[in-house]
Amino acid sequence: MATNEHELEHLVSRKYKHGFFTDIESDTVPPGLNEDVIRFISAKKEEPEWLTEWRLKAYRHWLTMPVPKWAHVQYPPIDFQAISYYSAPKRPEDAPQSLDEVDPKLLETYDKLGIPLHERARLAGVAVDAVFDSVSVTTTFKEKLGEAGVIFCSFSEAVREHPELVRRYLGSVVPTRDNFYAALNSAVFTDGSFVYIPKGVRCPMELSTYFRINAANTGQFERTLIVADEGSHVSYLEGCTAPMRDENQLHAAVVELVALKDAEIKYSTVQNWYPGDEEGRGGIYNFVTKRGDCRGANSKISWTQVETGSAITWKYPSCILRGENSVGEFYSVAVANNLQQADTGTKMIHIGRNTRSTIISKGISAGRAQNAYRGLVRVLPTAEGARNFTQCDSLLIGDRCGAHTFPYIEARNPSAQIEHEATTSKIGEDQLFYCLQRGLSEEDAVNMIVNGFCKEVFRELPMEFAVEAQALLNVSLEGAVG
Amino acid sequence: MLKIKDLHARIDGKDILKGLTLEIAAGEVHAIMGPNGAGKSTLAQVLAGREGYEIVSGSVEYFGKDLLELAPEERAREGVFLAFQYPVEIPGVNNVYLLKAALNAIRKHRGEDELDAYAFMKVVREKMKLMQMDPSFLNRGVNEGFSGGEKKRNEIMQMAVLEPKLALLDETDSGLDIDAMKIVADGVNSLRSPERAIVMVTHYQRLLDHIVPDRVHVLADGRIVKSGDRSLALELEAHGYEWLQQAVGT
Repeated sequence: MATNEHELEHLVSRKYKHGFFTDIESDTVPPGLNEDVIRFISAKKEEPEWLTEWRLKAYRHWLTMPVPKWAHVQYPPIDFQAISYYSAPKRPEDAPQSLDEVDPKLLETYDKLGIPLHERARLAGVAVDAVFDSVSVTTTFKEKLGEAGVIFCSFSEAVREHPELVRRYLGSVVPTRDNFYAALNSAVFTDGSFVYIPKGVRCPMELSTYFRINAANTGQFERTLIVADEGSHVSYLEGCTAPMRDENQLHAAVVELVALKDAEIKYSTVQNWYPGDEEGRGGIYNFVTKRGDCRGANSKISWTQVETGSAITWKYPSCILRGENSVGEFYSVAVANNLQQADTGTKMIHIGRNTRSTIISKGISAGRAQNAYRGLVRVLPTAEGARNFTQCDSLLIGDRCGAHTFPYIEARNPSAQIEHEATTSKIGEDQLFYCLQRGLSEEDAVNMIVNGFCKEVFRELPMEFAVEAQALLNVSLEGAVG
Repeated sequence: MLKIKDLHARIDGKDILKGLTLEIAAGEVHAIMGPNGAGKSTLAQVLAGREGYEIVSGSVEYFGKDLLELAPEERAREGVFLAFQYPVEIPGVNNVYLLKAALNAIRKHRGEDELDAYAFMKVVREKMKLMQMDPSFLNRGVNEGFSGGEKKRNEIMQMAVLEPKLALLDETDSGLDIDAMKIVADGVNSLRSPERAIVMVTHYQRLLDHIVPDRVHVLADGRIVKSGDRSLALELEAHGYEWLQQAVGT
């Protein structure tokens, strides 16, 4: 009964919150960025003083930073004063009223990906009353997590309900001054997810954004913080295989992971934001900072990503291997088709003794796309017995695309063992002909070869996600050959 | 079943086949021999529909259809099988997965039901036994890390599963030691049937000791210059190709 009452309260407060949002909708800030805008955002979110100051400090530093130019990507300069940094949710009457009003091409993609019917409307941003469905799902899962003591909520809620945890860990992995986009995110982030797994708890379910409270309108500057306390374990799934409608061109998210002693975090991403049309118009710029800190001994952080979307991807999920015997892993499939540009990879910073890292990167380029792997393996003098294995494979489809590999290796401890293997191959005419000669269609043959190429990464994904990711890859590369 | 008439084909502007004519009936096993560069492999590739070859003139009729009009995968589904001289590796793609997709594509084309995993595995295990393949084969990538002999055995195993009407074996004996040759030959012999034609392209006659052909053709400079029975192969072996070239005046 007690929990039911709690749920009721929760429901009521949600409704209230809706009303609240409607009220502030009228005062969306005009484009532009200055200290007043940041104070406005912080006030709207009823944040404590320290967080306002934290944002302002980040902003002041951001002003002194140059726009990074080193990535192997090209795009016109971004006018940061032309962006509106606080826009309230769209009114339901502005959204499409039914699936009939949605771009048929988008629906076709949903169909190919096998997205359930009831999901399609939500993804396409249709103003349907899906509240019942999501509330019941949310409630069941909240109950289950609550029993285990797991905190999984929106970032704003965490700031209100668990300020001490947020204050302790926010910016402790990605400091506000870390890089240009991380500083910008720190100044203006609007929402995101917060996860805390208590000591010794194995999270009873995969945490997925599918279930995420406040999933909509986290906006272009998303902030995620996951803390796994000693001996705990969590698997977090981010993103969705379906292309999401999004009006914002620039996305600059920050994800921070903290694994304490003996803890393990597995973070899986499928990213499929709008890549732009065949001429590259209108796609999303995805400039993300993701970093995990293996703070305690024997901790483990594992990143798995499948990146098929966005016009430009600029992303290096990294691990700081501080604790003794800690383990960092990075498994990545990055697909770039048409005019997409991807510059992605990882950083493994070995600080603790006997730290180990594995990097498996699979880059696929098709059309006129450019795909770069950029990875850093750094072994500090303290990292006695550190080991790294890197395998970096590129697959080219057609002859107008490019693959580039930029490995950086810095070993400052003589006992370090670092292995780097790299291959670049074209989808061989030989391989293709072999499959055709056995009776497969060209499309099936390409899918089979590409999926085989990515197998080592796919098998790191949770089962359901892996199946979706394969379907996604096939759709992304449609028409890439012949 | 197969009627090749005055076929001329070139690659990169170079003429390879220069008026090749050949007829093969169902149930027959033909061997095509000839010196290196005569066009043996080109013939196999052209029949299978490999891109890059230009058909200058001539025709190929297969069960009354114009074979050259069909895409490679259509030819495969119509029962044309090529056992490759150099089977390609496809990392990460499971052997069994490819073979199941192939078999079901062919069955679908014939209007038959696709086989489920259970029924399919039964067929595969049986054929694996025939070809004496290691069970680890089931979990490995297509030709990935196979020895030369294993690759060739795998080709014949695939042929056994796919049951083609016209099987083209391109230098299937190359790279085989005597034991492997025996296994491959036994596999091929078990597939001889009144409905099936087999064409073996080979440089050496030793394969023909194990798979005895009905007809032997000598291909030189893009044409069939001499045809005969089994004895022609032995004669060739005794005298070498030069003897033949002198004999036919090329």
